[in-house]
Amino acid sequence: MRIEKHPVLPDRPAGKKVDIFVDGRKVEAYEGEPIAAALWAAGIKKFRYTRKEKQPRGYFCGLGRCTDCVMTVDGVANVRTCITPVKGGMVVQTQKGLGIWKKRQMSW
Amino acid sequence: MEKKANVLVIGAGPAGLCAGIETGKSGAKVIVIDENTRPGGQLFKQIHRFFGSEQHHAGVRGFEIGEMLLHKCKEAGVEMMLSSVVWGLSPEFRAGVVREGKRSMTITADKVILATGASENSLMFPGWTLPGVMGAGAAQTMMNIHRVLPGKRALMIGSGNVGLIVSYQLLQAGCEVKAVVEILPRVGGYKVHANKIARLGVDILISHTVLEVRGRERVEEAIVGRGDRNLRPIPGTERTISVDLVCLAVGLTPLSELAWLAGCKFGYFPLLGGFVPLHNRGMETTVSGMYIAGDASGIEEASTAMEEGRLAGVGALESLAFISAAEADSRRKEIEQNLLMLRKGPYGDFRHKEKEKIYSEWKKVKEKAGGYH
Ligand SMILES: Cc1cc2nc3c(=O)[nH]c(=O)nc-3n(C[C@H](O)[C@H](O)[C@H](O)COP(=O)(O)OP(=O)(O)OC[C@H]3O[C@@H](n4cnc5c(N)ncnc54)[C@H](O)[C@@H]3O)c2cc1C
Ligand code: FES
Repeated sequence: MRIEKHPVLPDRPAGKKVDIFVDGRKVEAYEGEPIAAALWAAGIKKFRYTRKEKQPRGYFCGLGRCTDCVMTVDGVANVRTCITPVKGGMVVQTQKGLGIWKKRQMSW
Repeated sequence: MEKKANVLVIGAGPAGLCAGIETGKSGAKVIVIDENTRPGGQLFKQIHRFFGSEQHHAGVRGFEIGEMLLHKCKEAGVEMMLSSVVWGLSPEFRAGVVREGKRSMTITADKVILATGASENSLMFPGWTLPGVMGAGAAQTMMNIHRVLPGKRALMIGSGNVGLIVSYQLLQAGCEVKAVVEILPRVGGYKVHANKIARLGVDILISHTVLEVRGRERVEEAIVGRGDRNLRPIPGTERTISVDLVCLAVGLTPLSELAWLAGCKFGYFPLLGGFVPLHNRGMETTVSGMYIAGDASGIEEASTAMEEGRLAGVGALESLAFISAAEADSRRKEIEQNLLMLRKGPYGDFRHKEKEKIYSEWKKVKEKAGGYH
């Protein structure tokens, strides 16, 4: 849920609305906001499943430190969604375990 | 790519920004670097009015202070490098940096000021990994910066200032705060903050803790219970609270990995958050030319972070001969006076004492190593 009116903060700067695709579902988002914020606003709280226990994980530190929030974004696994800005048309997938690693990632 | 600077400030929170302003305005070539897309550190999530004296911006909200500091940085000619993580720091002050997750570079500096802030502590209990359990700071970021409500019904764990302030901010954002639980038999943070949320009907349960969080793939309820004098749960006191958000406000730990890497000596000061790089009154660590300021040098608050940032800046300026010793002394005197004021009273005295311990530990280490430099 988005906070439309706030008693202290000025109105949210009008952002550009775009669509992203989360596990095939179209989700409205603001360009530039973290992917995690767009998902949470849309009621999506489960971002990935852990490798061994297959437990769900979501948003935890919001700072890019804990890696709880990693998802597969545009085919790249383990992207920290709390610090990665939304771009229109992004394809975001709930990640299972460590995800599928591409060559480009492996060669880092 | 390789870059050079007189002073490299790592971290653009209140401490780093003030260090940048102090050094930049006296003519040093300064780079302030931060991993985030925007500077300000924790300041931009702080939307309440600050206490203290006029000169510490009492009555001004954190994010407004942030705007002001950014403006001053610009005036002082500080170069701001954002979306840049410092991943390593050598004792010769070569910093390894990755920009925008892609390009790699090094920055060499004559002096380094570490202002890397703190990270939130976590707490483990059955269900702590369920989506909907998060750091109080994470909730604050979500609602105050991204304007998304982290939950509709919340339980806050911990009654320190972060727990109390974030509870109030949750209420402001339109989230019901069901309770604040505190394992100690007293509220940790400022009374005014506690009273403010109590007046709004929030239960502050002292001698209570969270025992478990339950739900199907997300938080649905929390079980809290009373603790005895040894902080152990008392059977039969459990009660279930229906919530979709559980915030952890159980303290902060100084972020000082870079100081370890550069070879700084540490001491353990639990009242200031744990291991802290030893430093002197002028914020210089045991590695000459390397300074530390703000939460990284022991958890305090934004106002002290700003003063410490300036103090570190003055030290760097003096040793680089941008200002005279007399000028440095007079600036230091003023800042130390401010810090003394900020570290007074029931919430300040202990910080003053701990800081004094840090200074004297620093001295011991330096004497052992054969005098000061
Ligand atoms: C959730 C939370 C709420 C708080 N609320 C209040 C409050 O209401 N009032 C108050 O007075 N104090 C509050 N505090 C205390 C707060 O720590 C201080 O107010 C102040 O922000 C400390 O300033 P700082 O400059 O030391 O650190 P920070 O503001 O934390 O800034 C440090 C910066 O350094 C960056 N950084 C760290 N490591 C690296 C690296 N390796 N490379 C690049 N960049 C790096 C970080 O991303 C961050 O931007 C709060 C703290 C937290 C965590
Ligand atoms: S929530 Fe911790 S890294 Fe994203």
